[in-house]
Amino acid sequence: MIDVELESVSKRFARTGDAAAVDDVTLTIGAGEFFTLLGPSGCGKTTTLRMVAGFYFPSAGHIRFGGQDVTRMAPNKRDTGMVFQNYALFPHMTVAQNVAYGLKVRKVSRADAARRVAEALAEVHLDGYGPRRIDQLSGGQQQRVALARALVIRPRMLLLDEPLSNLDAKLREETRTEIRRIQRESGTTSIYVTHDQAEAMAMSDRIAVMESGRVQQVGTPREVYHQPANAFVARFIGRSNVLSLPVATAEANRVEVALPGGGHVFAGAPEGHGLGAGDTALVSARPEHVTVVSATATGALRGRVTAVEFTGMTTHLTLDVDTGGAETRMTVAAVDTPDRIGAGDRVGLRLPAERLWVVRP
Amino acid sequence: MGATHRAPHRGANSAWFPYLLVAPLVLILWGYVVQPMLATFVESVSDDGTANYTRFFTSSGVARTSLLTSLLISAASVLLCGVVGVAMAFLLKRFSFRGRRLIEAFILVPAALPPLIGAVSFQMLYSEIGILPRALQDLFGTERPVLAFDGIAGVLVVHTFTMYPFFYLAASAALAGMDPSVEEAAYNLGAGRVRVWRTVLLPMLTPALVSASLLVFMTSLASYTAPLLFGVDQTMTMQIYINRTNGDLPMASTYAAVLGLVSIAFLLVMRWYEGRRSYLSQSKGISARRREIANPIGRWLAPVASVLATIVLLAPVATIALVAFSADGSWTTEIIPSAYTWENFVTILTEPRAFEPILNSLQMSLLATAGCVVVGVLIAYAVRRLRFIGRSLLDIGVMIAWALPGTVVAINLISAFSTGNGFSFGQALIGTFWILPLAYFVRFLPLVFRASSASLALIDPSLEEAARNLGASWPRAFLNITVRLMLPGVIVGALLAFVHGVGEFVASVLIYTSSTVPISVAINNRMYSFEVGTAAAYGMLQVVLIFVVMWFSGRLESGGGRAASRQAEQWTN
Repeated sequence: MIDVELESVSKRFARTGDAAAVDDVTLTIGAGEFFTLLGPSGCGKTTTLRMVAGFYFPSAGHIRFGGQDVTRMAPNKRDTGMVFQNYALFPHMTVAQNVAYGLKVRKVSRADAARRVAEALAEVHLDGYGPRRIDQLSGGQQQRVALARALVIRPRMLLLDEPLSNLDAKLREETRTEIRRIQRESGTTSIYVTHDQAEAMAMSDRIAVMESGRVQQVGTPREVYHQPANAFVARFIGRSNVLSLPVATAEANRVEVALPGGGHVFAGAPEGHGLGAGDTALVSARPEHVTVVSATATGALRGRVTAVEFTGMTTHLTLDVDTGGAETRMTVAAVDTPDRIGAGDRVGLRLPAERLWVVRP
Repeated sequence: MGATHRAPHRGANSAWFPYLLVAPLVLILWGYVVQPMLATFVESVSDDGTANYTRFFTSSGVARTSLLTSLLISAASVLLCGVVGVAMAFLLKRFSFRGRRLIEAFILVPAALPPLIGAVSFQMLYSEIGILPRALQDLFGTERPVLAFDGIAGVLVVHTFTMYPFFYLAASAALAGMDPSVEEAAYNLGAGRVRVWRTVLLPMLTPALVSASLLVFMTSLASYTAPLLFGVDQTMTMQIYINRTNGDLPMASTYAAVLGLVSIAFLLVMRWYEGRRSYLSQSKGISARRREIANPIGRWLAPVASVLATIVLLAPVATIALVAFSADGSWTTEIIPSAYTWENFVTILTEPRAFEPILNSLQMSLLATAGCVVVGVLIAYAVRRLRFIGRSLLDIGVMIAWALPGTVVAINLISAFSTGNGFSFGQALIGTFWILPLAYFVRFLPLVFRASSASLALIDPSLEEAARNLGASWPRAFLNITVRLMLPGVIVGALLAFVHGVGEFVASVLIYTSSTVPISVAINNRMYSFEVGTAAAYGMLQVVLIFVVMWFSGRLESGGGRAASRQAEQWTN
């Protein structure tokens, strides 16, 4: 078990000109932690992972493994185990030869290697698959071979680059549970890259949400969900509604905002939010926390329904809502809505006081 | 971390690594491709300045005529090859008829012949002393051979037969990659057949046809054996040869410089064009459908025409094979030789002096191929996988070697290495054993480079990264994974380079020495001394070698995609 430290790491590619792919990223990943880099494509999460693996060297900053500076160390000296998005299994080798490759490079004796390969394959439920060719395996099996190949060398840390993105939905959920089980048992520090927030939520000890090469927020799944640091995180995680509302009164960790139809509501706010009466606050409201009420209810927002989608578990309403100035588009996920609501209807929306959160722009 | 900490390891991805790998490659390309070309320029102005060049523009003498003739022949070749190649592609890829597979099996045979043997076989078939005109003369009882091709017409016949595959392959690939639903959409929208052709099919084929035209034009411009055998002296390549044998190296260099420049210009145009081309469809599950020929006359005619076409396609090889077994001097005025024997093969394989050219060719070609493999694979890797300033220059450097006609390569090497320079370790190479392997290396390096680069393109870079991540050093990962996976492509490229080396004539004839006569020069010499049978026997060896290699390469490539495409083809039938 080893911790990983990124200190003001930036990466600029010659071909992208001035824009930094990774911009001043500072992270500390604890020993044994399962840490996820989450963000949309092009946010710099894979570039960050590849710098940890040593495939790119940072343009600036330092990377340390357990205090040792590895910033410019060659990838083959870093002793990390990586699982690639496309698995990168060697097509000219059998399953066993693939898994044994790292052991062979490390000059592990033949007998030891054979034993460890068998153990690793058993760990991923591929006992007896050693002699198979790679193209005889299904996508899910290939994924597990890639995992076994990375784990068998007992690496200082596990690096996973969207390892589930080529699997179908059902297999993806099974495999993520499996990966997490193996990681817990071995206690290997893991860095996981994904654009899938559900995956990140379900697997991670902590998540770093990235956008435009910068870390937007680091926190536990619950923190990034319930207390998003800014509007991007709020919208990216759980597609939150972000409303601009005038501040009536401000306290240390909450503010009271005024609703255009009259009435006030409290929203939680981070320490040092710096807002005062008369400022405009950005308030995040989760679609599933907003309730639909009658258009005449007091202390509610008013809006017009533009689309209704029944998805089974919930009904998604899209609405144009009067928030004082311009109309704001909001989405609501209601567990039970009256059947009669349809496009064009005017309704009221009640915001849940204990669930609102003030975000930075 | 302080001074006690050891220096960090630097890997294949550190900033200076690409330059370390690329520097020797650049040096090789500079020394043996670019610098010799510059030496030719220097040589061309060494006697009387630019006077040699002004001849191309002012006088109506040989220089101007040669340039115009070469351009004219090239333009006519493009036209002829275009008509034949595109028609064949449509016929074979769009229609289903009896005998189609027969033609498809042999369609590339004439083009596979080494240049000298190809031209010789056409001479034996269609020239005034050829089999067909004499047979027709006999049939009709005329004074002179009927339908005998000579001069420029003869050259055009050779060009058409050997270069139409450029069009055939390009058009076939374009047709195969075309989504039939696009055509169907046009019909569905109400367009008639002619309109679909004009507005959909031809525009979609245009990129392929333009590329093929450029290729045929370049190849025709570089053609040397056809004008040599059909006696067209006033072409650029022939003038290079004639001036060189007359000892006027500055004039030969002038022609070479002009021809080289034109070829490089064509290369650059082609690269620019290919950068912006391709309408290949993005949709999945393409299956080009073939139409049955419904017309009853067509149904009856198709197999007959197929058999005729097959005979025409195989005639050159058959002729060489026939003549190879003829006794020298037994073919004077007869339609085909009158006496047959094994003697020719016995001679070239057992008589030491006659066997020497075979040994020379194998040895020199093997040496050149070894060089091509090492340099070609590394350049392919550098161009495809590494980021460094001047990457596209390296790419262009290799392709210049491909674009330069063999005659020009030979003149360049003469200009650069008739005295020693740094790249020949101070030795004069002209007149030594080393000049021919060097010429083969320069000429066929692009073949290995292209084959390696193509197979490298199919290998995911993350495979090498995975090996590095598992602890392998760069050389180990490169050899274990990348080179190992490239191997089929590299072998195909190496075999191609090797057979081209064994069949090489164009550059060889300008720079060979009496102790390193290669097979093709021996064939040429035997033809001159009317030992036609022996010449053909040498040719037959080249032909057999080529077909063995083609068969073997086909087997190597038949894994993966090829097999899949064949299955798809069967499925649509």
